[in-house]
Amino acid sequence: MHQLQSTDPVVPSEASEPLEEARGKLGRAIVLTSGKGGVGKTTTTANLGTALALRGASVVMIDADIGLRNLDIVLGLESRVKHHLLDVLEERVEVGDALVADKHTESLFLLAAAQSREKDEVETAKMQALVTKLRERFDYVLIDSPAGIELGFRNAVAGADEAIVVCTPEVAAVRDVDRVVGLLGNRFRPQLVINRLRPQLVQKGKMLSVDDVNAILRLPLLGVIADEPEIIVTTNRGEPLALRATTPTGAAYHAIAARIAGEDVAAPMPPAARVPLFERLGSLLGGKRR
Amino acid sequence: MIEFLKRLFGPQGSSATAKERLRLVLMTDHLELAPEMIETMKRDLVDVISRFVEVDREKIDVTFERQDRTLAMLANIPILGVSRPSPNGNGVHKVEEAAPSEAPAAATPAASKPPVRKRRKRKKTQAHAQAPAPLPAQ
Repeated sequence: MHQLQSTDPVVPSEASEPLEEARGKLGRAIVLTSGKGGVGKTTTTANLGTALALRGASVVMIDADIGLRNLDIVLGLESRVKHHLLDVLEERVEVGDALVADKHTESLFLLAAAQSREKDEVETAKMQALVTKLRERFDYVLIDSPAGIELGFRNAVAGADEAIVVCTPEVAAVRDVDRVVGLLGNRFRPQLVINRLRPQLVQKGKMLSVDDVNAILRLPLLGVIADEPEIIVTTNRGEPLALRATTPTGAAYHAIAARIAGEDVAAPMPPAARVPLFERLGSLLGGKRR
Repeated sequence: MIEFLKRLFGPQGSSATAKERLRLVLMTDHLELAPEMIETMKRDLVDVISRFVEVDREKIDVTFERQDRTLAMLANIPILGVSRPSPNGNGVHKVEEAAPSEAPAAATPAASKPPVRKRRKRKKTQAHAQAPAPLPAQ
């Protein structure tokens, strides 16, 4: 097991061989999905992949958003992508040759999406077979699903055996997650990550709270990620925030990763979201409306 | 005081609006996604009503409509015939199997009878939402 890295990125060992040996048991294949676009699936995938790998697990992330490749950008790997998912599915390239080693975190790999192709060019059965193959060699296969509920989504889901749904505290996002959860059915036991919560707005009654969202969705809550400017900054740089475990948001990703790994850790909440009643009472007594 | 309670119970900002919209939109979504449930309900509904009046099963129309803060089920059920009121005059209790020829003036021919609109509120939670006034009034 690695220690959690606080500030410095881990330098990957030279010549990582992702597929050197088959492991005894199958790893877990988890699809990250949401229905609605723009809620942070890709950022969540990159950060959870990083956090899980920093825990010492071997992780491969598949960008299943064919035609709209993003995960490589968030990870800062865009210049290293030589082959993509469809190259592998159409058997032009061995999967081992298409995997890109992350530049910050050891034992973290990316299988990029094809940028110049379309989602319905993927054969569901082949996708399924690929995920199974990867599960033989990695502890975690994280599949970053495209937005929508069409074929691209179904392909992303095909090989997975678990699902994480990413939702922002917005009417449209909750509605879409509700729909996606209905489509996933019971097989996946979907777990929820609430993303982009702004505690101050929740306190002021201007944003749906965690309880509001989950009163409707009623899903096991993995954790809540606050809407922090530093997420934008780290995305600009191509360095997932999970590399900095000492930042509150970085720590939240690590807590979620720990929960995914089965550790008995509390679901992370943005700090200010814990005191709304106190604050509300304060503003009541003070008589001023925030 | 009311203002105080309002502040204490439930946010009055736009999140309350969001919550309300979400609740309604999901009810509508779930209904849309369960057509067979609606068919079953329609059938059961007609079975119950048929115990009292004779209805035109072919022309039943059930729709759902957003109304301000509630979702209403609107059932348009054409009535073909109504049997004689019971002796105590408290209304119709039993259908006397389709006997329009013997029916008194009350049971006019089906064609001239306007369809009856039955209105039902769905969703028991948030019972206050059925009241016309939003939340604690005043």
